[in-house]
Amino acid sequence: MLDKNGIAKRIAKEVKDGMYVNLGIGIPTLVANYIPDGINVVLQSENGLLGMGPFPFEGEEDADLINAGKQTITTLAGSSIFDSAMSFGMIRAQKVDLTILGAMEVSENGDIANWKIPGKMVKGMGGAMDLVASAQNIIVAMQHVNKAGESKLLPNCTLPLTGVHCVKKIVTELAVIAVLENGGFQLLERAPGVSVAEIQAATAGKLIIEGDIPEMQL
Amino acid sequence: MINKVVKDADTAIKDIQNGQTIMLGGFGLCGIPENCIQALLRKKVIDLTCISNNAGVDDFGIGLLLQQRQVKKMISSYVGENAEFERQLLSGELEVELIPQGTLATRCMAAGYGMPVIYSPAGVGTEVAIGKETRVFKGKEYLMEYAFDADFAIVKAWKGDTAGNLIYKSTARNFNPVMAMAGKITIAEVEILVPAGELDPDQIHTPGIYVHRIFQGNNYEKRIEQKTVRTK
Repeated sequence: MLDKNGIAKRIAKEVKDGMYVNLGIGIPTLVANYIPDGINVVLQSENGLLGMGPFPFEGEEDADLINAGKQTITTLAGSSIFDSAMSFGMIRAQKVDLTILGAMEVSENGDIANWKIPGKMVKGMGGAMDLVASAQNIIVAMQHVNKAGESKLLPNCTLPLTGVHCVKKIVTELAVIAVLENGGFQLLERAPGVSVAEIQAATAGKLIIEGDIPEMQL
Repeated sequence: MINKVVKDADTAIKDIQNGQTIMLGGFGLCGIPENCIQALLRKKVIDLTCISNNAGVDDFGIGLLLQQRQVKKMISSYVGENAEFERQLLSGELEVELIPQGTLATRCMAAGYGMPVIYSPAGVGTEVAIGKETRVFKGKEYLMEYAFDADFAIVKAWKGDTAGNLIYKSTARNFNPVMAMAGKITIAEVEILVPAGELDPDQIHTPGIYVHRIFQGNNYEKRIEQKTVRTK
């Protein structure tokens, strides 16, 4: 079974040289720490920055330079800054190659719910609906089950949707799963030490298991 | 040359009336018009509809206007980080319309470009789509979203000149340029105000035609919401 950093490390292998990538808040942010040397990617922050660099050193933080999580950050050689309409313009026009975000639920036809729990305080969708509506390549990073032990990979989402038919791949502490175009969760890889039976037990939606399922290489 | 300069924030906002719709630039607490927010607090204008990506924090930014109960409705994409906001929302004192961030930005842009609507894919198949006209282009569904209609836009820039031309700094740019274009009357506060002719025309982000009033602000606090650093 993987911890959060393990999930981030496995997702980092999906990041290819030359990609423009948008990382959501939470586990997706950790992916930046595991991008291999020699792979050059540009991170987009949807408030209006391409080329997001690491956090600044103590004393060098700039209130005018933050990421979409409102954290102080830095720029890199080649960075550019633009307004929020252009930022979502490049997302909508599918210039951003890969979007990695968290989720509360994913359905077997690729629907995602990650912004609202009815009856609880609603904070808003931020840029999540824009990202999932337009991105061609969406990877969800999440825990396989929620805190109550219920599967988050479902036949249908029960929470209000963020987007429909959009998630392509899911990486959890247990498995790597592809969401098939015609519906269904195809099991691609097992986390180290995790059995297919354990993954099956934690998956409420239709899990497709074909042949031997290899263990993840981290 | 048309001179857009007004004396201060109080003068700039003096004709904002109860019940009007105002846009406020900024993302989180970054690039917000701090001086005009203070002036709105002094003026005590009420029943405002505020279009702004976020609602500030409890004791800074738009959060201060909420504390004084000056806001009737917020139109935003994300409103966490604010306990007073939550209280007013749950008690029904405050109306809130949550819309996707890109749709918010682009509805501002549409107003500034003179386009009545945009078609956005954000929110298709979700509760955001309820009641909205949809169209299919090249096999993909879009929601028709209207350009905003705001009485005033209040923005913050780094540098400006007496002709109203604006230059923003770093990610404090965010919503400011598109909101500057979208107000019936646009008010810009800047950290540095220079005479016309001192800014390079090639470097202007917002042309002065969009800006009706400009002044040099002071005492910027520029509070950081999430200070994150690494060790050397």
